[in-house]
Amino acid sequence: MQYGNRTTVGSAEQRIDAIEKSTGSVKYLGDKFFQGMLHAKVATSTEAHARIKSIDTSEAWKVPGVRAIVTGDTFPFPIGPILADRPPIAFEKVRYYGEPIAVIVADHPYQAKQAASKIIVEYEPLPIVNSVDQAFQKDAPLIHEKSGQYTKIIDNVYPVPGTNIASHIKIRKGDFGKAWAVCKDTFTATYSFNLSDHAAMETRTATVEINPDGRVVVHSTSQSPFTIKKIFNQFFNIDVGKVIVHIPMLGGAFGGKGAVQLEPLAYLASSAVGGKLVKLQFEREEDMMTAPCHIGFKATVKLGVNEEGKLIAGQYTFFIEAGAYSDQAAGITRAAALDCTGPYHIPNVWCDSYCMYTNHPYATSFRGYGHPELTFAIERTMDQFAEKLKMDPVEFRLLNAIKPGHTTPTQSVLTANNIGDAAQCISRAKELIGWDGKRTTSTEDGFVRAKGVALFWKTSTTSTNAQAGAILKFEADGTVSVSCAAIELGQGTKTILAQIAAERLKMKMSDIHVTMEVNTQYTPHQWRTVASSTTFLAGNAVLAAADDAIRQLKRIGAVALQCSEEDLDVGNGRVYVKAKPDFGINIETIALGFKYPNGHTVGGQIIGVGVHVQRHLTPMDKETGFGDPGPWWSVGAQAVEIEWDENTYTYKIVKAVTVMDGGTIINPMTATQQMRGGIFLGLSIARGEAFEFNDQGVIQNPDLRTYQLMRFGEQPGEYIVEFVETPAEDGPFGARGIGEYGVIGAAAALANSLSLATNVELTELPLTSELIWRTRGAAYDSVQF
Amino acid sequence: MIISNTDKYTVVPLLVNGTSQHIMIRSADTLLCTLRDQLGLTGAKQACGNGDCGACTVLVDGKPMHSCLQLTIETLNCGITTIEGLKHSPLRKAFVDNWAIQCGYCTPGFIVNGHALVTEHPYADDERIEEWLQSNLCRCTGYQEIKDAIKSVLAANILKESEGRDTSGL
Repeated sequence: MQYGNRTTVGSAEQRIDAIEKSTGSVKYLGDKFFQGMLHAKVATSTEAHARIKSIDTSEAWKVPGVRAIVTGDTFPFPIGPILADRPPIAFEKVRYYGEPIAVIVADHPYQAKQAASKIIVEYEPLPIVNSVDQAFQKDAPLIHEKSGQYTKIIDNVYPVPGTNIASHIKIRKGDFGKAWAVCKDTFTATYSFNLSDHAAMETRTATVEINPDGRVVVHSTSQSPFTIKKIFNQFFNIDVGKVIVHIPMLGGAFGGKGAVQLEPLAYLASSAVGGKLVKLQFEREEDMMTAPCHIGFKATVKLGVNEEGKLIAGQYTFFIEAGAYSDQAAGITRAAALDCTGPYHIPNVWCDSYCMYTNHPYATSFRGYGHPELTFAIERTMDQFAEKLKMDPVEFRLLNAIKPGHTTPTQSVLTANNIGDAAQCISRAKELIGWDGKRTTSTEDGFVRAKGVALFWKTSTTSTNAQAGAILKFEADGTVSVSCAAIELGQGTKTILAQIAAERLKMKMSDIHVTMEVNTQYTPHQWRTVASSTTFLAGNAVLAAADDAIRQLKRIGAVALQCSEEDLDVGNGRVYVKAKPDFGINIETIALGFKYPNGHTVGGQIIGVGVHVQRHLTPMDKETGFGDPGPWWSVGAQAVEIEWDENTYTYKIVKAVTVMDGGTIINPMTATQQMRGGIFLGLSIARGEAFEFNDQGVIQNPDLRTYQLMRFGEQPGEYIVEFVETPAEDGPFGARGIGEYGVIGAAAALANSLSLATNVELTELPLTSELIWRTRGAAYDSVQF
Repeated sequence: MIISNTDKYTVVPLLVNGTSQHIMIRSADTLLCTLRDQLGLTGAKQACGNGDCGACTVLVDGKPMHSCLQLTIETLNCGITTIEGLKHSPLRKAFVDNWAIQCGYCTPGFIVNGHALVTEHPYADDERIEEWLQSNLCRCTGYQEIKDAIKSVLAANILKESEGRDTSGL
């Protein structure tokens, strides 16, 4: 593969969506008005766990403008992406506070909302499971009595009937027990944090219209248009071809829009009003309490070393809090298990990863898919173990960093091609943060400065046949329209795909037009826009489509130029003879076919098509985890410097460093945007974000006033982003995925720096003043009221 | 003026982006709702409906306001400017040039608020920038690029001023 002499790939081309977004003229789904549309609102559960005795809709029907009220008995069957365990509208019982209990359709949103408040439900309360600890206890109240009977939609999900375990994933590599017994030193620690929220600025929205001929037209703020088709087929028995899904640009997603929740509700609502177009738009509180959120997590990590300080044994017990339904938490349980060690070479690995039901809102994918969470546990342990071993934490990581030739926990063999350079990432991060040993310094103002590092990795655990396609259509003027089902959710994917097309076709960026909106009827299939997989899958598809178009251009060019196809090359808007570059023809002359002077025409429109599907992935063995779950491992290191104020128990983030090896970087500025935005998101969650539940399982902070996102001025004083570019032979121009990665090490690096500054080991999130105060109190037993 | 406090609608004029247009409102309609539903000005977004995020920010007589917390009826005698009326704001271009846009959902609110800031305080320091922009949330960028965009416009203000002084001194 040729890596040199690129013109577009590797340069900071302006985002093709920036100007439109800056003028406010982009139409997100909520900005679209359809003539005659009706509006839906959900009435939600006021109990976290209860049997539904009766639902009285008579008062709600009296509100003017109400056209339909749909309750759970309309469609009492459970659905789901991995394990079908969730009725779209609660049926017979409710399992979380905020769960949809009825959908009301009315002429205006306020009428639907008014009616929703008049739905009267009689409940028989059941004991509430308010934590994973409680859920795991023997004789815990059961949230899903029939968990063994649910349909498995994909492999690798193992519910344990009679418990609250929605799935149990095992990794058995080497002989952990034997290795543990001979370790020279060991370290064990436990970590935990609560569920939190994606809080994309755009709340989730869906519209559904059912045409009289049976076609179902969906507009949605989704990362998974083809999953919507699949689910409508599986559960509503509609032909896949009759479900047409439109996705405009999204106002942020962060994994939260990969779940399919609103679309089935809007479908049931539309069915109830004769197929009329119904819009369901969540308000912020619904987006936080009713829609799926970010997992909670509890982990116990046990590490053991030999005389040289090399890790020889690791045991990991993960509890992934799924909340009321398993959704993507079941997949996260698997993803966390298969990368459980972090980027370290450990020959003997034992991991039990449990997906746990609780009576909390249900969780779905969140940027990083289990990896920010496991990295928090692993990297906090690495720091504490290094301390115990009297080693420098950076040196301890370098000594154990995973390399080509090693194997992952699922025994995938790593090569120079499928993993980035972990050692180089942490070495460079060490320089950029100015690491000079694990120690604090004092500022003139009396604050404590401390630094923390984290090393991380992740693979894209796609389905084994995950794929993307692309169509490159040449216009009459010789420019190209690119159609692909990659969704623009802020990450800049459309710009990246345009750059890849421009590079391969040797055309100008301004001559590449990318369709922003996805319409599943004319865009090729794409698995989903998740898992940092789009540059790799869709980028390779664009390359294949470009190569297809080049072949066609040469074929028609050979007719026009009266030579052999092999004589020709394509570039700068022309097809020309390689040996005589001045002799050629403009693409616009042949884009719609070549016309002879007498009017006869050969060829026709140049339409390049390309598909890329994952190669050689396999499911994991149920008992050992053995398998090849992902195409490559991108790696990175992050470091944070903080300034701690002992008097007020507050801190500032002075500096945030990210060094990432994601192979070739297609656009250094969009990549930098992703890394900065990623560490910012990770730090925001780590610093102050978590749902607070009362003893009735009710969220106490379901809005953006009480749930504290990081605001302007609270971000790191300085962001530093650098890339190490170890190319992936099978990626487009050598690129691997990077979209999620910026978030992964943030919480761990922050907690490491803060543990050092405060002189107490912090094992929970979020890292609030109160948490630090409580932890110190417990550690020293000296804090008095 | 009497606006019916029921489901009934009243026709009133509203001055938006320099143009007076007739709209139909209920007493309970928010300015955000009117701008979006009646005038098709969808640049201002509802992201919290609670004044917590700033995505709905518009200028009312030049002052940045959360249009989700303002009733339309309160603004009938005011001049309203939305993101659609700020196409020529130097801050709009600065957001593009400084990579301050990712998903774009918070962008209109930030540009409207930032435009008011650089207009009202052409020499704003970091503290003032922070104070003004804390009312707006962004989930994608990490704020650094937004800060860079604001500061680039402020720096251009200062440059213009110093050029002005130099010329007058000659």
